Amino acid sequence: MGVGIEVSNLNAWYGSTHTLQDINLHIPANQATALIGPSGCGKSTFVRCLNRMHETNPIGKVTGTVRIGDLNIYSDASPVEIRRRVGMVFQRPNPFPTMSIYDNVASGLRLNGFRNRRMLDEVVERSLKHAALFDEVKDDLKKKSGASLSGGQQQRLCIARALAVDPEVMLMDEPASALDPVSTAKIEDLIFQLKSQYTIVIVTHNMQQAARVAERTGFFLNGRLVELDSTHKIFTNPGDKRTEDYITGRFG
Amino acid sequence: MATQYKTSRANYTWRMFTNHAATGLAVLSTILVVAPLVAIFVYLLYKGASSLNLAFFTQIPKPVGEVGGGMANAIVGSGILLALGSLLGVPVGIGAGIFLAEFGRGGRLANFVRFTADVLNGVPSIVMGISVYSLIVLPQKHFSAFSGGVALGIMMIPTITRTTEEMLLMVPNAIREAALGLGVPNWRSVLAITLKTASPGVITGCMLAFARVAGETAPLLFTAFGNQFWSANINQPIAALPLQIYVYAISPYDEWHRLAWAGALVLILLIVVSVALVRFVTTRGVLKGAN
Repeated sequence: MGVGIEVSNLNAWYGSTHTLQDINLHIPANQATALIGPSGCGKSTFVRCLNRMHETNPIGKVTGTVRIGDLNIYSDASPVEIRRRVGMVFQRPNPFPTMSIYDNVASGLRLNGFRNRRMLDEVVERSLKHAALFDEVKDDLKKKSGASLSGGQQQRLCIARALAVDPEVMLMDEPASALDPVSTAKIEDLIFQLKSQYTIVIVTHNMQQAARVAERTGFFLNGRLVELDSTHKIFTNPGDKRTEDYITGRFG
Repeated sequence: MATQYKTSRANYTWRMFTNHAATGLAVLSTILVVAPLVAIFVYLLYKGASSLNLAFFTQIPKPVGEVGGGMANAIVGSGILLALGSLLGVPVGIGAGIFLAEFGRGGRLANFVRFTADVLNGVPSIVMGISVYSLIVLPQKHFSAFSGGVALGIMMIPTITRTTEEMLLMVPNAIREAALGLGVPNWRSVLAITLKTASPGVITGCMLAFARVAGETAPLLFTAFGNQFWSANINQPIAALPLQIYVYAISPYDEWHRLAWAGALVLILLIVVSVALVRFVTTRGVLKGAN
């Protein structure tokens, strides 16, 4: 099951650039929350703070608190533990090129020391089905490299790989921006189904996409959260002039 | 003013000409690269093949004046020396390469290590021999296969370190992030994902280093020393193909000269075979569509 996320006074820097400023927000469990905003507004940095990936950058720095469920991720646990509970899908599909489709999906468990063959078989099949990829690859599971799939299939493979470690939260950083419309539709369908079991945070440049998949939408601008409300309200009756300007295409 | 950019017939002919000229130059350069190798190989075959027989691979050198004999002990000795060298050079070289690319990136220590590796790469092999001689042979008071292996191993390190570093840096960061994002500890991600993704290049680096030291004579003169008899004891002086070739080639006997040519041929063949073998073994099991 998904869990809620509570962010308070979150600040983040790249070197001396203050990328995120005083972010306070709540992300409810088992819903999709979309983050929109112009390039460079900090929305990607924000999701990278939710699984402590921001600090893997040598010049990245974070302050503030993030609670995921009952866990304060910056004080109660190591980054490694956090990332097992908070899965991530990146902008460009990034399957491990040396691994088969099967090994890609199993990698998260295997690299954490999980060896039971039968369980792995089960998890791989379930995750691939969950990511709506199983039927397309079931005959080549161990024969083909993950990198041999099409872009859209690779992205669904990456989603399956993230699902296999059974996270509570799924972060998606523009998961469909490198994909064609058909693949994008598949990913969106998938997000719709995954909501029942996971809390989803999706960064997107595509406002229609936010409107289609997310219950709630947040608008970021210049490192600040301008507003976060139900998607319907954001797109029909935003509370802030800047949000209205952005969604009506006056800038960005 | 579009007419100005219109391609005339003459212009087209000129472009075809430069195109063919550039291709021709590239082919010529390729031939120049391959030619010396082929020439050396053919010459070695011509000079050495006639002295190659079963005895060459099964017998040890005969005393001066007796006809026949072989270099079995030198072939085995070279194998032992190279195994010892690889045992030292490959793990240390790859480890240092991992440090440079994954952990020390941009740091002062990394810059120092990289500089040291480049200098080490330029140290003449005879100097390496003398250094190991004074560090290991003198305190132990005897020549040994072990000290020869150490000398070869140290010579392998810089090449392996630098190629490992380069190859790791070529692995896209997205791959590292994918592993970290799954909750894989960093050390595990480096070994199981990054190094594995870079492994074809890393293996090439190891083979380059291996092939380079396989023919080294100078560092072995004061360490492995050479041996006219069978020895597989790493605490004793041991025979090596390059040493044997050296001794035979500067001797005044025609029979030994012929054996030296045969030895050189065998040395090259062994290098080619071992490189091909490693390639074959490490590229098996590569998946359809990978890279």
